[in-house]
Amino acid sequence: MDLVDISRWQFGITTVYHFIFVPLTIGLAPLVAFMQTMWVATDNPRWYRATRFFGTVFLVNFAMGVVTGIVQEFQFGMNWSEFSRTVGDVFGGPLALEGLAAFFLESTFLGLWIFGWTRLPRWLHLTCIWIVAVAVNLSAYFIIVANSFMQHPVGAEWNPETGRAELVDFVALLTNNTALAAFSHAVAGSFLTAGTFVLGVACWSMVREARRGVAEAADGADSAADSAPENVRASAHRPALLVGIVTVVIASFGLFFTGDTQAKLMFEQQPMKMASAESLCHTESDPMFSVLTVGTHNNCDSVMHLIKVPFVLPFLAEGKFSGVTLEGVQDLQAQSQAMYGPGNYAPNLFVTYWSFRAMIGLMAFSFLLAVVAWWFTRKGKIPTDRRGTWLSTLALVSLPMPFLANSAGWIFTEMGRQPWVVHPNPESRGDPRTEQIRLLVDMGVSDHATWTVWTTLIGFTLVYGALFVVWFWLIRKTVLAGPPTSDGPADDGEGYGSPAGADSGAADSAEAPVSFTSSGAAASDDRKDEGR
Amino acid sequence: MELEVLWFVLVAVLFAGYFLLEGFDFGIGMLLPILGKDERRRSAIITTIGPVWDGNEVWLIVAGGAMFAAFPEWYATMFSGLYLGLFGIILALIFRAVALEWRSKVNTDRWRRWCDAGIIAGSVATPLIWGIAISSMLAGLPLDSEQRLSSGAGTLVHFVHPYSLLGGVAFTLVFLLHGLAFLRLKTTGTLREEAARLTPIVGGLAAVAGAAFVLWTQIAHGKDWTWAVAALALVGVLGGIAALAGHRDGIAFTATSIATLAVTALIFGSMYPNLMPSSVDPAFSLTIHNGASSEYTLTILTWTAAVITPLVILYQGWTYWVFSKRISADPVALGAPASTEGSPEKA
Repeated sequence: MDLVDISRWQFGITTVYHFIFVPLTIGLAPLVAFMQTMWVATDNPRWYRATRFFGTVFLVNFAMGVVTGIVQEFQFGMNWSEFSRTVGDVFGGPLALEGLAAFFLESTFLGLWIFGWTRLPRWLHLTCIWIVAVAVNLSAYFIIVANSFMQHPVGAEWNPETGRAELVDFVALLTNNTALAAFSHAVAGSFLTAGTFVLGVACWSMVREARRGVAEAADGADSAADSAPENVRASAHRPALLVGIVTVVIASFGLFFTGDTQAKLMFEQQPMKMASAESLCHTESDPMFSVLTVGTHNNCDSVMHLIKVPFVLPFLAEGKFSGVTLEGVQDLQAQSQAMYGPGNYAPNLFVTYWSFRAMIGLMAFSFLLAVVAWWFTRKGKIPTDRRGTWLSTLALVSLPMPFLANSAGWIFTEMGRQPWVVHPNPESRGDPRTEQIRLLVDMGVSDHATWTVWTTLIGFTLVYGALFVVWFWLIRKTVLAGPPTSDGPADDGEGYGSPAGADSGAADSAEAPVSFTSSGAAASDDRKDEGR
Repeated sequence: MELEVLWFVLVAVLFAGYFLLEGFDFGIGMLLPILGKDERRRSAIITTIGPVWDGNEVWLIVAGGAMFAAFPEWYATMFSGLYLGLFGIILALIFRAVALEWRSKVNTDRWRRWCDAGIIAGSVATPLIWGIAISSMLAGLPLDSEQRLSSGAGTLVHFVHPYSLLGGVAFTLVFLLHGLAFLRLKTTGTLREEAARLTPIVGGLAAVAGAAFVLWTQIAHGKDWTWAVAALALVGVLGGIAALAGHRDGIAFTATSIATLAVTALIFGSMYPNLMPSSVDPAFSLTIHNGASSEYTLTILTWTAAVITPLVILYQGWTYWVFSKRISADPVALGAPASTEGSPEKA
């Protein structure tokens, strides 16, 4: 592999990895904030338990989002210094703003939220998590503004003297139609991810706790049902279930509409991306939407469309059912060569085709889970029979799907603009001020010795792989431990050492009226361990 | 004032904030193996920075973002030229951050030992590499006629010389002292007393390395006016040690904070108006003039920074006030009564 390939793999691996954790953070922060709001408003301990339970998951996940984000922030300069030089004047602004306006808020107020359970008045503590929830979405907006400039550059002019794009209209950059569509789509995807997570965990846990309750009753254990810790735990899952179902349904519709808007923009701004998403090799009138295609996909000559659906594609492109002519890959390639000189201007057809379909298809799991969960648990029922098995299996299967769909969507949108790192804006054609604002990936890369980039590529991949295992194990452990059994934070008003819902037993110990110091909490943990 | 100059100052301020705030975080991490004899102590030591370290680290992220936005050439040249060093810093930051966040999530000794190792390694490696990187930049790196710097094994020699190694050691030891002053300020009881016993050794090492680095920097690279900040840095380090010896925790921490800020001012002041001096030919140096963004971009950035930065300082300051209570590692029955000063419920 040459330098460009290694650098592309590195950016791809680190970004996809970053975006495993980011959507869960973006979506879960508002959901946890909502749960806590319900607790503050109703004083119902179920909401408190749900807040602490999902709050712990949120914190485990947040750490991964932060550390993988640092890598992204530095990587532009490290591996793509020529890109950074060419568009830094425009691209750096949203990045700096993201740090200044969003990262400071989320990191500072998350610290207050974690350690402030018994230090801050309730309303202020609640405000902290809401600030975090807004800030994580704000940071998503700024970084998507930056990315959208690379997809559809606006608000900048080319300075031939310095050989770089220079910002001329900041408002145009912030209101780039590509950015607004991509932001709402990414946020909807994040809410689907978090909603599916909350719903899946709640369904699976409810069935498990209910079965334990049934088993204990059969054993003749003195089940004053509500006092058994398991059932106290189970009671936290029903509010989470409701939050999950509503979030998934709303997010699914949100994804549908924002995705449609975004597709229409892409047909206009990046026709090559959409043509390759359809494996549409030749220009056609009213082409059919392809569901299954075979052939060596990176080659237009061998593509065979097996299953096709009419009307979908014209609607996706222009909101009409017929009378739409779409350009094919080969015609667009010829046009690009005429405009930008010789070269291959088509993305990898196989990846764009299948990532587009995976992104759309994987969404179905979440929606199905929401419908089944609502049907099986209506009127306060908790299925423990075969329906219970169905529900918990579907819940487990659905959990990873939104994550995969998010990755597929970003892989589609990023690899679909190859070979460009800054895709030319079609409206700039013939305009001397903006025509030159375009950059091929090969031109953006840093001039490194190959082995140095291999070093970082292998280093990041290994570290990320190890951390992924730990992250997964921690999330699983937190979910298996279940919500805490206490009814509210211990209001001893002393010490701030115990992080919110530390660990299984620790979820309790954090609130136990143990200590006036953190170390007291740790000591009480030790005692509990001995007791087990 | 020209906007380029203003943004040079602002980037320096962001780095100063980063070193001031993360400096004691690193120091706390380095003190963990020295003072953390049992889990009670280790947990208390980490708790002193628990609620704030993440917000402190963001100063670096924003400093990087500000460099990218205001001086893209600087960002591109420095980050691609200091490639392997930054890779090391990133790995250190990753391990430290996950260790800090995940430490309390599993209740076994083995798990905590792993996390402590991550915290300690990250807290030592990061200041060491920053010290080496920044002093090599100040000493000059082989930038070519297009202000570019190549990375790789052959260029590592430009980063390893007595001055840069001294820089790495000085950064690490001064942050250790800064962390010691912070720990004294934030704790009570036996932990605070045990920290006091470290004053002569930590203070002595920091004073020697810090003074040598400050004087070398001033004599080799400084300007006339930077004598003032160089002197301030020395006064800060020595005053911090004296105050620690006299059990004046507040004054000690103020003094080491002044030292941290003064050293940053000395480095950036000596660099000005260069962003990265070239050791090949002074004409090849990257300066605030050939490395800056356009006037319009800098104007936009100035407005946003002018509005947001004071707010950040305000709410971060408030966070420190909320968590201003001293922490003890002593068992409940034996502990000295904790001060409730600054507790909002009781205020």
